[in-house]
Amino acid sequence: MDPGFSTDEIAPIAILMDELRSEDVQLRLNAIHSIPTIALALGPDRARQELVPFLQDSVDDEDEVLLALAEELGSFEEYIGGKEYAHVLLGPLENLSAVEETLVRDKAAESITKIAVVLSPSQLEEFYIPLLKRLSSGEWFTSRTSSAALYPAVYANVSPALQDELRKGFAALGADDTPMVRRAAAKWLGPLLKHFTPAHIVSDGLPVYRRLQSDDQDSVRLLTVEDLIVIAKSMSPGEVKEQLLKQIRGSITDKSWRVRYMAANHFNELAEAVGVEIVREELISHFVALLKDNEAEVRTAAAGQIPAFAKLLDKEVILARIVPCVRDMSTDASQHVRAALATQISGLAPLLGREPTIEHLLPLFLHLLKDDFPDVRLNIISKLETVNTVIGIEMLSENLLPAIVELAEDKSWRVRQAIIEYIPLLAKQLGKPFFDEQLGNLCMSWLGDTVFSIRESATINLKKLIEVFGLDWGKVAIVPRVMGMGTHPNYLFRMTTVQAITIIAPALNLEIVSTEILDPLLQLASDGIPNIRFNVAKALEVLGTTYGLTPEGNALLVQRIKPALDQLSKDPDADVQYFASRALKNIKV
Amino acid sequence: MEDPLSSGGWRFAQCFGDKGDIDDITEADIISTVEFDSTGNYLATGDKGGRVVLFERNEMKKGCEYKFYTEFQSHEPEFDYLKSLEIEEKINKIKWCKRQNSAHFLLSTNDKTIKLWKVFEKSLRVVSESNHHNGQHPKPPPQSASQLTLPGMAMQDNIIAAVPRKVYANAHAYHIHSISVNSDQETYISADDLRINLWNLNISDQSFNIVDIKPVNMEELTEVITSTEFHPIHCNLFMYSSSKSNIKLADMRESALCDRHAKCFEEEEDPSTRSFFSEIISSISDVKFSHDGRYILSRDYLSLKIWDINMENRPVKTIPIHDHLRGKLCDLYENDCIFDKFECVWGGDDKHVLTGSYHNYFRIYDSENLSDVVLQADKSAFKARKIGGAMPGSKLGVKNGRPGGTPFKDTMPLEALDFNKKILHASWHPRENTIAIAATNNLFLYSAA
Repeated sequence: MDPGFSTDEIAPIAILMDELRSEDVQLRLNAIHSIPTIALALGPDRARQELVPFLQDSVDDEDEVLLALAEELGSFEEYIGGKEYAHVLLGPLENLSAVEETLVRDKAAESITKIAVVLSPSQLEEFYIPLLKRLSSGEWFTSRTSSAALYPAVYANVSPALQDELRKGFAALGADDTPMVRRAAAKWLGPLLKHFTPAHIVSDGLPVYRRLQSDDQDSVRLLTVEDLIVIAKSMSPGEVKEQLLKQIRGSITDKSWRVRYMAANHFNELAEAVGVEIVREELISHFVALLKDNEAEVRTAAAGQIPAFAKLLDKEVILARIVPCVRDMSTDASQHVRAALATQISGLAPLLGREPTIEHLLPLFLHLLKDDFPDVRLNIISKLETVNTVIGIEMLSENLLPAIVELAEDKSWRVRQAIIEYIPLLAKQLGKPFFDEQLGNLCMSWLGDTVFSIRESATINLKKLIEVFGLDWGKVAIVPRVMGMGTHPNYLFRMTTVQAITIIAPALNLEIVSTEILDPLLQLASDGIPNIRFNVAKALEVLGTTYGLTPEGNALLVQRIKPALDQLSKDPDADVQYFASRALKNIKV
Repeated sequence: MEDPLSSGGWRFAQCFGDKGDIDDITEADIISTVEFDSTGNYLATGDKGGRVVLFERNEMKKGCEYKFYTEFQSHEPEFDYLKSLEIEEKINKIKWCKRQNSAHFLLSTNDKTIKLWKVFEKSLRVVSESNHHNGQHPKPPPQSASQLTLPGMAMQDNIIAAVPRKVYANAHAYHIHSISVNSDQETYISADDLRINLWNLNISDQSFNIVDIKPVNMEELTEVITSTEFHPIHCNLFMYSSSKSNIKLADMRESALCDRHAKCFEEEEDPSTRSFFSEIISSISDVKFSHDGRYILSRDYLSLKIWDINMENRPVKTIPIHDHLRGKLCDLYENDCIFDKFECVWGGDDKHVLTGSYHNYFRIYDSENLSDVVLQADKSAFKARKIGGAMPGSKLGVKNGRPGGTPFKDTMPLEALDFNKKILHASWHPRENTIAIAATNNLFLYSAA
């Protein structure tokens, strides 16, 4: 009957179908993910008439199964006969959008909106809109919450009469008794408003927004900041001033710090949306207030907006209004505020130019470099490049060094690791002489750190340094010292040597490898510790695969590396044998 | 309705639990918390055995009566190997969440772990037919696509299932004594002796500490948190009571950490009554906001206090509950009863207040005209009903039946009070005059017309 499927292919599908109702969640989950296969076997008509109703009957299951089902249904229309039948899928999805698990509901709503895209206007009118109305007036808030997400997807595609209804329906959600529904309305108001005509934004959007913006629940109000940005974007600066000034002020100076936090976090988007004039007249003083907020979280969020917001201002204004705040924040009681500031402060340097940076910001950089909290220092160092281009690094280097050394010796290995990762960047800024003189030893000392991750990062760091300063420098400054550790009595140091070779060898060249590295490495192949020996095997594999492609390299491979690996493959230790034989397989002799 | 027998119209309605002799009570059966949901149609109890029992309103009956709905094991005994501590399964608190779909959601907590339970009707179905089985016998696998069938299901039974939706663990170093759901229905707080944490109901792996009164040096510890509750309307306000006889109102809008309270309700201590026990008996065991959020009810060992949220320096009313025990504090200290934590409850009308006492007595107090009713939740209550039903005064009301409330110290010799029978936990129907009283292993329900 269906020539597409042989008996052999039917059997696994039969099992898959039975597994849709398996006792085992994992099997059910797997079966749900395979419903396209089942649908193909059944053909579009049976898929539509049997499978979809069957799935609709399956919404009483574990969340993860439901989530999978919600996801699959979003792109299922091709299996049930194409677009003209896509509305059939709305049935199961409607049930899914009323379950209590937010993830499932969100996914169901997302799938419904996906389907909405392929529906024809008449399908929308006949199936989607009634569904939307049912959900919007559902008895339980779960379905009403889900419905809010469904308005933006179709608003633009329905008749003006229906648009009127949709606007009314959404307004009702915005005035719902349940905070959850109002939160959903606040969340989806922005996306919906993007489809409104300017006139409707004023006549229908603004009232909903204003109602939510003055909600009693902090959790509702904080979501309206994003709506505000959408509305402001759709209006001329004049209209914004007339219609929204009160709300803008309200959100930024809200009694709840969480709302102020949202305002602070979206400050630049807001500033861009309202236009330069309002920024100058109104927002600048609000921004200063947020930078001085009582709540550290708000100050942290505001600090994150400093450079981008400053771009909208004149240099004089930055100096007069922002820089004093920045100065205060550099001594903020909260380390998180200082850390956020440390990341952002360098962004002001290009805006101010050389002289003002030296005069106003340099002292702050130096101050923050001495901060008690390592993250602050790290953040300053991570953004040095920006400062470097404006004033040059010489101004800082004197203070930089103690800061780096201190971080390099920090108790917390994560801090040490973070600073190691910045070393190549710093090396580039500081230049070779300074580096050799001040930081070279430091980089080597990390190779002997007690924490493996640090030793590992240290070797990666060496590779990057060679890339920065060149091979000649590497040969003189790094290779001898790495190889020197190969004879250390502690096997961990010898191990570091082997691992360092594995990592930096690809950055070197054949000459250095054959003259400086290979001999000591081959000596380690007879080390007493099996761990070292199999790491030597790994290192030889890397050398072999990296350099074996040229004739000279291949000669080296045949004469030196392969015999050593042959030897290792007969090692009494099983691991050594394994890695040696793996290496022999991978190198091309 | 004026009741001549001063039971205030309160009548015994129902009693759940083993009605046998008090001597052979199983420890695990002792009820440790009781709570109506926001509609009053459901009632939950938790016990020392870690079980939660739910009751639903019996619509068949005329009055406000309840029937068993479901029971499940919420917490199991555990052992903390790191601290070498046993963690009891005892349910310390249950709080219902507002209904969001046909299922019920409630939070239950023991000393360490809070769980969000979903209780719902589930139809048990079994596969009756599949591609390999026709219900009775295996059948040959399908040979072509047209023979493929979707599994058929047969209804077997409807059960009420309880599944833990979320488990909020590892956030409390001390014992959790209170949980309270915010009016935004998205967050809740949980409190132990020294800290209060804020949770999102949907997120079980992180919480925010919003109050921390732990001193750097534990030897300097002078005060513990005893109870906490969210304001019923304003999502940003919550209060917590302390062992030092004060109630602090904190505003989450002010800052992320609520160490600085907005208001502190505290009455100056009368130096003339100071004694060794002053500090213990002034410790607040429970605080509740009235339904409109305007007043605060607090319970300490000897009294109930009603505070106006706008007046911090003294309560609007102080209702003595245990004045007759003042002379016995020494004995009560000896037998540890002085540390009993009595709960207090607002009536649905915000006018009446309820709290428990010893010998299975509990008192309902009219905060306006100062009249009170004393009832006793014990076997005599349902015996009396069996006999006539219309004689509530015989054991239910105050013995001598004088209206206006007579403290029971007059009627009952102190020596006769049974300090092992105490009413610690109670809940009041949010809309009607029905109360649920936990008396050791029994749940008593009383109603008033």
